[in-house]
Amino acid sequence: MGNAHVTRHPSPITGFYTLFYKEWLRFWKVSVQTVLAPVLTALLYLLVFSQTLRGHMEAFPGVSYPSFLVPGLAMMSVLQNAFANSSSSLMQSKMTGNIIFVLLPPLSHREFFLAYLLAAMARGMVVGLGVFAATVWVVDLPLARPLWALAFALAGSGIMGALGIIAGIQSEKIDQLAAFQNFIILPLTFLSGVFYSIQSLPPFWQGLSHLNPIFYMIDGFRYGFFGQADVSPALSLAIVTACFFVLSWLTLWLIKSGYKLRH
Amino acid sequence: MVPAIQVQDIFKHYGAVRALAGVSLEIAQGEFFGLLGPNGAGKTTLISILAGLTIASSGSASVLGFDVRERYREARRALGVVPQELVFDPFFTVRETLAIQSGYFGIRDNRGWIEEVMHHLDLTEKADTNMRALSGGMKRRVLVAQALVHKPPVIVLDEPTAGVDVELRQALWRFVRRLNADGHTIVLTTHYLEEAEALCGRIAMLKQGRIVALDTTQNLLRMHSGCYVELRLEPDRLPERLAPRVVERRANGAYRLALGDYNDVEGLMGEIRASGVRVQEMEVMQPDLEEVFVQIMQKA
Repeated sequence: MGNAHVTRHPSPITGFYTLFYKEWLRFWKVSVQTVLAPVLTALLYLLVFSQTLRGHMEAFPGVSYPSFLVPGLAMMSVLQNAFANSSSSLMQSKMTGNIIFVLLPPLSHREFFLAYLLAAMARGMVVGLGVFAATVWVVDLPLARPLWALAFALAGSGIMGALGIIAGIQSEKIDQLAAFQNFIILPLTFLSGVFYSIQSLPPFWQGLSHLNPIFYMIDGFRYGFFGQADVSPALSLAIVTACFFVLSWLTLWLIKSGYKLRH
Repeated sequence: MVPAIQVQDIFKHYGAVRALAGVSLEIAQGEFFGLLGPNGAGKTTLISILAGLTIASSGSASVLGFDVRERYREARRALGVVPQELVFDPFFTVRETLAIQSGYFGIRDNRGWIEEVMHHLDLTEKADTNMRALSGGMKRRVLVAQALVHKPPVIVLDEPTAGVDVELRQALWRFVRRLNADGHTIVLTTHYLEEAEALCGRIAMLKQGRIVALDTTQNLLRMHSGCYVELRLEPDRLPERLAPRVVERRANGAYRLALGDYNDVEGLMGEIRASGVRVQEMEVMQPDLEEVFVQIMQKA
């Protein structure tokens, strides 16, 4: 059986990369569910809303409603799928017990965090790109400031990926995770201006929307396409980036403490 | 030489429940060590603390001198754990599972070793089968293989033979014995006491989070019990003076009598001869670990 004390040159980078790759495979192997299904959902929203609201609503001057809607739907898909990826992966691993395979190896809390985070962001991005790929044929879409769009997509998916890690660690049962999704993520997403410009809301609801971090992600992302937004994109980016760092710090701290993972 | 495992004054509380109440233990490199105890004694908790799956409430633990918290990278690299539960990742095949596990330990290309481990555990035929499609015994083998991908010098097996058929159990023990002969330290928890007796050089018995016995297997067997003799008599009539020695009347009609040591047999036979009874069958028996275990658990 060879020497018991063989020392190779194990590298933490390989550890991190393997966990990231495993998480990538985990959704890629079932991409019908994890990529195709959410793209189809976004298309259905587009079909229903753009048909019923065409001509009733013009969010930005000179921008048709379907064009306005597509970036919102794409970003919503990015966010929801980033959250779903890290939260469901951790939740399932905890429930089936195979989480020990990633707890036994010498992975640091940073490597653990980054692997789950980047895989969540990757799924969000893939689904987002899928939504564009499916709609670019039917909806006329400018891309005025692509780097802004990219920055918001990265930061937004990062926030939701980190939040997914927290939810996955915190939840002990599927229904707890579902509650997190249904009572926090879904309302915040729907009330963030995916389907409308908040300029069309009464002042009270407009004020309330400004407390919703997802509003800044959607609004900033849309700025990348149309070069116009409800609030200054620099302010949005600052808020979103700050959220990302605070959540990342919190998630890292949770993982390091072993909370509900190494209990 | 640095001990393979060192545990000092470990306590672990889950709320009001105390799983470990001050456990200290040292296991030398190259030992085959048994950790015994009834359900809930704290065996798995102790293993989890060594593996970093659980954080102790107080006390310290190290593997090959590396503290499991301060130097977790080195400690975890030195340790291979075969968990009690039959867990697996349903997304992958056997070979993928082992390659991924190697990667977690920082080993990029581990093909040669993976093939060798699979060969030794009779997994080669199933290498490209999805984990979901494997039988329980095969899943158990994969768990053993997963624990060995990084060639850990210290291997912990948490009840690896629970619910496993005889054939696999024997194959597993042959394999583990061989690992031990090659210099790996083995720590084993089991419910099968005859296994511990046959395999382990030293044994710790746990009860309610404490170590209640810690010695070589031989010493435990010697200290805690005399031997027995089982007799079938013709006619079936035990001399009265021997009645106080009877421990048990067996279903086949045999009497089981306690002996201080083997020299007692002589006096016993004298009594039997004197009462005009003939011995039809006789068997002198050593105590087994099960009896020692029961005695210790009752006293503790």
